[in-house]
Amino acid sequence: MTAQGGARDIVLEARGLVKRFGAFEAVRGVDFAIARGECFGFLGPNGAGKTSTMRMISAVSRPTEGSLTIFGLDPRTHGPAIRGRIGVVPQDDSLELELSVRLNIEIYGRYFDLPRRVLRERADELLEFARLTERANSKVDDLSGGMKRRLTIARALVNRPDLLILDEPTTGLDPQARHLLWERLYRLKREGVTLIITTHYMDEAEQLCDRLVVMDNGTIVAEGAPRELIERHSSREVIELRFGTDTPEQIRVALATHAERVEVLPDRVLLYVEDGDVALRAVHGSGLTPVSSLVRRSSLEDVFLRLTGRTLVD
Amino acid sequence: MATRVLPAFGSRRSIHIFERNFYAYRSQWLMFVSGFFEPLFYLLSIGIGLNHLVGPQLVGGRLVSYATFVAPGMLATSAMNGAVIDSIFNPFFRLKISHTYDAVLSTPLDVTDVALGEVWWALSRAALYAASFIVCMVLLGDTTSWWVVLCWPGALLASLAFTCVGLAGCTYVRSWQDFDVVTLVQLPLFLFSGTFFPITLYPRWLGAIVSVSPLYQAAALLRGLATGQFDALMILRAGYLVALGLAGLWLAARRFRAILAP
Ligand SMILES: Nc1ncnc2c1ncn2[C@@H]1O[C@H](COP(=O)(O)OP(=O)(O)OP(=O)(O)O)[C@@H](O)[C@H]1O
Ligand SMILES: [Mg+2]
Repeated sequence: MTAQGGARDIVLEARGLVKRFGAFEAVRGVDFAIARGECFGFLGPNGAGKTSTMRMISAVSRPTEGSLTIFGLDPRTHGPAIRGRIGVVPQDDSLELELSVRLNIEIYGRYFDLPRRVLRERADELLEFARLTERANSKVDDLSGGMKRRLTIARALVNRPDLLILDEPTTGLDPQARHLLWERLYRLKREGVTLIITTHYMDEAEQLCDRLVVMDNGTIVAEGAPRELIERHSSREVIELRFGTDTPEQIRVALATHAERVEVLPDRVLLYVEDGDVALRAVHGSGLTPVSSLVRRSSLEDVFLRLTGRTLVD
Repeated sequence: MATRVLPAFGSRRSIHIFERNFYAYRSQWLMFVSGFFEPLFYLLSIGIGLNHLVGPQLVGGRLVSYATFVAPGMLATSAMNGAVIDSIFNPFFRLKISHTYDAVLSTPLDVTDVALGEVWWALSRAALYAASFIVCMVLLGDTTSWWVVLCWPGALLASLAFTCVGLAGCTYVRSWQDFDVVTLVQLPLFLFSGTFFPITLYPRWLGAIVSVSPLYQAAALLRGLATGQFDALMILRAGYLVALGLAGLWLAARRFRAILAP
């Protein structure tokens, strides 16, 4: 739980963190502090700097500027000790394709100096969790994309980490595997494991994260609990209206009187309102006749798109 | 820290890279066997074949048969060729094609451990090959002295130099096409480093250039050890190989960091 105030047990703290690749600044001075047992999310469009940040806080790539402490230690001087307590699910699986599923876990575990006997047991348990027991002796190259992803996640747990860093863990997973991972993450969280996750699935972020930040262009543009962010950056409800043809400008003007904000998209119009039903009645009352209409609660996706824009930047 | 062997050159954890390679190559025993035969073929063809055509050669102050002269040179060459496979070809694949090291670096291992671990692996293979090569030298009667056993650590020094320099070199390889450049370096090194004729046959200036070649230094060192003719110069030669090794390893780790954790 995220107890507020000074009593929080801080696992990771970043101040003015910068990452430059040559002249290009991928992360431009970000600040955040993550408490023990918290699930902390990083959202942001492609190229926002999430992976660059993940690689710094997993004590792999060195910050160009700023300060970073993990478990109260400086990664520049205590890299091995820090990494020994972290589990990492990288965005690219980077598995040993030529080796068996089981060996992938066991060899990885050896990097943490774990005894072979312990690793055999843990491999059994993790294969079970990843539902790969039957494929234990298959070459990884022969697995499907989602199976590889599951193996990567299982591998990250081999050292029983105190901090688990997951870069888009559920990309490519089927719904069953996604829910299985969520359950496992909840369980780990209950055991006091700190989770840091990036995802492009807003429902996932809303489900899992106690707190999250939205990154754009290397900076943090918003921070808070999912519900807080929705309250702060969007209305309570959204009405989606479709008009048969293109939405003429006069409809937009007419709608503006009924909503806090109107957004006209090629295929539909979004009205951001406090009370959807009331507003929808008012729309009908003013003589507008949409082909279809839908009232829903505001979601994190609305916030995300509002903060980072709808256009593809790169 | 107790876990550090030589802080700048990696830690005890580097042994896990050796372990990883051991598992990865467990099923590829054919490759190991071919590694034994290649130097043996050299020994047989050049040693036996040319021995009848080429007269005795001077090593130190003593005349020895051509086979005795050429065998240490072949041993040094086989150290070089082994290093090309184990420190350029295979690590290039792991570094840039299969991205094996990316995952390794999110564990307690550091880039220095990765580089050092590859050196352990290459050296242990080199140790096996060198031992079998020396046994063949003895069996074929190419030796004049039991000092030849010192060729084993001597060959390892050569492998150390070639492996570490090769490992640094492999980080500059961009694609498989670049291996033509590797061959372009390897071949003249082999042909001009006095491995199968003495460099005293060269004009003085060319001899000076060749003396920079690690293959020449390795061959000269091994020749002295094989025939039991020691001189102070051999300490310099050994020192040169060790220095090349340390410099190569240091550069390799730096380059690994630049590529893997920029
Ligand atoms: N090694 C590198 N060298 C140069 N530029 C890099 C390097 N790594 C990342 N970048 C650049 O930094 C920026 C941020 O990349 P990053 O991978 O952190 O984004 P991301 O938020 O993880 O995106 P995605 O959602 O697509 O995974 C991008 O413009 C990328 O091209
Ligand atoms: Mg990313």
